[in-house]
Amino acid sequence: MTDLLAVEKLSAGYGDARVVSGLDLRLGEGRSLAVLGRNGVGKTTLINSLIGVTTRHAGRIVFAGADLTPLSPYQRARAGLGWVPQERNIFRSLTVEENLTAVALPGAWTLERVYTMFPRLKERRRNGGGQLSGGEQQMLAVGRALMLNPRLLLLDEPTEGLAPIIVDELLAVLRRLASDDGLSMIIVEQKAHKILPFTDEAIILDRGAIVHAAPSAELRKDKSLLDAHLTASKG
Amino acid sequence: MSAIAAPDRVAAHLNRGGRWRPFEIAFWLAIVALIFALPSRALLINEILLAGLFALSLDLVLGYAGIVSLGQAAFFGTGAYAAGIIATLGVAEPLIGLVLASVIAGLLGLITAPLLLRGSDLTRLMVTLGVALLLGELANRNEWITGGADGLSLAAKPVLGLFPIDFTGQRNASLYSLAVLFALFVAARRLVQSPFGLSVRALKENPLRANALGVSAARRLIAIYGIAAAYAGASGALVAQTTGLVSLDVFDFHRSADVMLMLIIGGPGYLYGGLIGAAFFIALKDGVASATPEYWEFWIGLPLVVLVLVGRERIGGFIARWARRAALLAMRGAA
Repeated sequence: MTDLLAVEKLSAGYGDARVVSGLDLRLGEGRSLAVLGRNGVGKTTLINSLIGVTTRHAGRIVFAGADLTPLSPYQRARAGLGWVPQERNIFRSLTVEENLTAVALPGAWTLERVYTMFPRLKERRRNGGGQLSGGEQQMLAVGRALMLNPRLLLLDEPTEGLAPIIVDELLAVLRRLASDDGLSMIIVEQKAHKILPFTDEAIILDRGAIVHAAPSAELRKDKSLLDAHLTASKG
Repeated sequence: MSAIAAPDRVAAHLNRGGRWRPFEIAFWLAIVALIFALPSRALLINEILLAGLFALSLDLVLGYAGIVSLGQAAFFGTGAYAAGIIATLGVAEPLIGLVLASVIAGLLGLITAPLLLRGSDLTRLMVTLGVALLLGELANRNEWITGGADGLSLAAKPVLGLFPIDFTGQRNASLYSLAVLFALFVAARRLVQSPFGLSVRALKENPLRANALGVSAARRLIAIYGIAAAYAGASGALVAQTTGLVSLDVFDFHRSADVMLMLIIGGPGYLYGGLIGAAFFIALKDGVASATPEYWEFWIGLPLVVLVLVGRERIGGFIARWARRAALLAMRGAA
């Protein structure tokens, strides 16, 4: 299978500080990857490096055959990376619909399709971004990334701080995107049990390096390994 | 809340959807009515309309794109001189002069916009101010084309060959200015509600995040700055055409500062702020200058300080409560 994404010997961080180092990663088209690990091991830095908002010290990122490393964040987004940041960063002065329209790029994902995926957003289409609940903001952040018609969706802790019922709703959408739509995605998450059931592959990060990589189904069964790397972050 | 921040509720309300609200229709009809009802004040009304257009240009830059500019007079002056020079070259139709002057000012905006892409608000303030000073001095030095300190006088021909806009047709001049202002307002309204306009607002709110979502800051800021420069140029051109004079003061710092005050008074980020601010500022200036010619600036400064310290929304709330109470008392009295 052709790689959609190839991260080669990536070292990156913030300023002089290196948070991830020598990281290698490959992801095929239509595949989904769970990025697991405790707090502060470099999961968000990995995602931020893919979108280009960190300092790259070494290595390169190849996406759909093209080297992304010299590209600015906006060029990477236009190349097909859809980012759902941890903080969501909804544009509060824009309505739901305006948030979606402001970044839209031509493609299969349209306003109507996003509304079909998230009916709640349609109900709230005229509400300001700042008037939404946390769950609605997260839905909007995902919908906004889809409006870019990405080839690879990058989700940074999408369930963080959400009510359990909203988490289930959101995960159902992500599952549909991964399995039915075949959208490639990388999901950073601490709750491994939530995302391993529908992702294809998984990696565990520790101190900025991959310490374990395996198919998600296999990792899911290895409770001792998960406990060893993730327990401290549970609860 | 800072007074420079958009009055959130009004701005959000107006920025949503393209449907015209009844009060907007009433707003524009009221201006037409004023032009016909107060023929003796046609000059003042024209001045307000043109200042409103100038403030609208700053609103696009400051209210929507978040670019702080103290040099909007650069484009106002360019438009004024361009219209003046075009008229002296024998182009009789004011509309052609207006369009050409706006395009020239817009091009100047596009050329100078890259200077604003780096740096903070302070850098932008200095750069925009510097460009205006530079152009003012260029106009001063190039007397052969600008008339130098004597300025340029032009006799604008009737619009479409039918409607004189010089001192013999002051009402026509106001109607001409209003027609241009309205057309440009409608265009601005559509612009800020378009995906382009929305992305500019997203950039203003969170440039880093918007950039990572595929919104190119540089292209959009250059584009909106160029468009706003064309608006300022149109305002300058109309001033030249309807007053028949262009002098070096079109590049003066006070023009940039005044238009900033107008926008702050009316509130940036919802298009009407500049128009309301211009009306308030110029009417107050006119009224106060007649009453106390020596101290009029004091009476302009005082409400501004109050507005900034107290906040527009609080003042608006107070006025609304007072109006409600007065209406209630009137109803009880009638009963």
